[in-house]
Amino acid sequence: MSDSHTKERICVVIGASHAGVNFAFSLRKEGWEGTIVLFDKDPVLPYHRPPLSKAYLTSEDGIEKNLLKSAESYEKEDISLNLGVLVHSINREGKTVQLSDGRVQAYDKLVLATGARPIIPSIPGIDTATNVYPLRTAEDVENIRNAFHASSNKRAIIIGGGYIGLETAASLKKLGGIVTVLEREERILARVTAPEMSNFFMQLHAQNGVDVLTSKNVVAINNADGVNTVTCEDGSHFEADIIVVGVGIRVNLELAKDAGLHIENGIAVDETACTNDKDIYAIGDCTYHYNPHYRRHVRLESVQNAVDQAKVAAAAICEKNPIYNSIPWFWSDQYDIKLQMVGLSDGYNNILIREEESEGTKLSMWYFKDDVLLAVDAINNAKAYVLGTKFIKGNNKVDKLKLADASISLKPLNLLVE
Amino acid sequence: MAKITFITTDNKTINLEGTSGSVMQLAVDNGVPGIDGDCGGVCSCATCHVHVAPEHVGKTGEASEIEEDMLDLNDYSNERSRLCCQLEISDALNGLVLQVAESD
Repeated sequence: MSDSHTKERICVVIGASHAGVNFAFSLRKEGWEGTIVLFDKDPVLPYHRPPLSKAYLTSEDGIEKNLLKSAESYEKEDISLNLGVLVHSINREGKTVQLSDGRVQAYDKLVLATGARPIIPSIPGIDTATNVYPLRTAEDVENIRNAFHASSNKRAIIIGGGYIGLETAASLKKLGGIVTVLEREERILARVTAPEMSNFFMQLHAQNGVDVLTSKNVVAINNADGVNTVTCEDGSHFEADIIVVGVGIRVNLELAKDAGLHIENGIAVDETACTNDKDIYAIGDCTYHYNPHYRRHVRLESVQNAVDQAKVAAAAICEKNPIYNSIPWFWSDQYDIKLQMVGLSDGYNNILIREEESEGTKLSMWYFKDDVLLAVDAINNAKAYVLGTKFIKGNNKVDKLKLADASISLKPLNLLVE
Repeated sequence: MAKITFITTDNKTINLEGTSGSVMQLAVDNGVPGIDGDCGGVCSCATCHVHVAPEHVGKTGEASEIEEDMLDLNDYSNERSRLCCQLEISDALNGLVLQVAESD
């Protein structure tokens, strides 16, 4: 595409978080000379989400310290950022979007980076309980911080033992809270890790004075004089000044669905992040896409996927023929533990746990399907994380006996099978 | 305040000034090519890799263990490699010159 072709064209992006913002800047970088218009309903300048449940929650900072890009950066790159604006609908035939303030915006290319929203379970009493918050936006965290600081007893109940719930528990504990996590399943992190990992995090939280309770299905919340009582199916009760709900997300699919785009477990896109409409792309948490390495369709809730798909879509719109081929990676920080994960462990049938001969906690869990390495979870062990990444990318065969032997150092040459 | 110079992979020089925050954030705010800072500055992504000018290693100090480990298998790392999210801007960094590392 020559530059003269893009000058008069308009690219509209719905959603200005990690995916949408990175897309807009990548599109400029790829040579798009036309208009770029970003819309998001969040009125705040786009910010990093991962710190929300971690450093941001425990700090007294304003969100301006966590911005994805400075306000000047948008001006400099001539990206029109429209915050506090909801997109109402997409008209594919007319190639326009209808905004909630009545305006109509035309597009040549449209990018859906609509993300996801927290699930609020329909627990009786949740609507009338006080200080109940999800944790997805800066506003949510500010609400949690304010409620926490205003509370004298500081009893926090976290519903859901996934990463958001556990990170929030660690952060509120650090702030001096009395924190209890209620997980419905038999173990925490059940959807994303092996039982060994769940056990590790159970112990970690116990050592740090957080009660993590499993098989606790919350069935009611009663509020009396500003104090909530959370009741579980087994009859147990917990008093709570603050309740944080971290039970997962629901993808924001409505716009795409109403526009008749192909939907599966998310907005279905091809390897260039294009939907079944050649002028509409979708990127980030909201997409259902093919992962070439794992040879299956996945929906990923991660910053890395948002950024990678943003780059792919930008290159594709500028006709550079990119192909999405990423190995997913994730991280979580709790107390003094840094967890780094690479790969997708689903389908593993054996796991190898390696504990380094060093001071402090330093271990790694290697997920295999037979002899094929699928994923690595590394705890305070960036070396294992980067090595795992290399092995997975390279489809390398790993000598499991040597890998299990902590006296053999984590180096490619030590561990590869010829 | 610190004046910090970035030399990009295509040998362009970008002079910036910062007062606080990380060197990565300064670079991202000013669109220094090759410094992405995707993880927001928690040493998880290694997309803010720089080489400190040889005469300035004293200003920055050496890489921490996690930085070294993150760059362990990186083809473009050397003994002056740092992840610049781990460099806090202060007067001590005034005059620092950083070469943006290549990446695949």
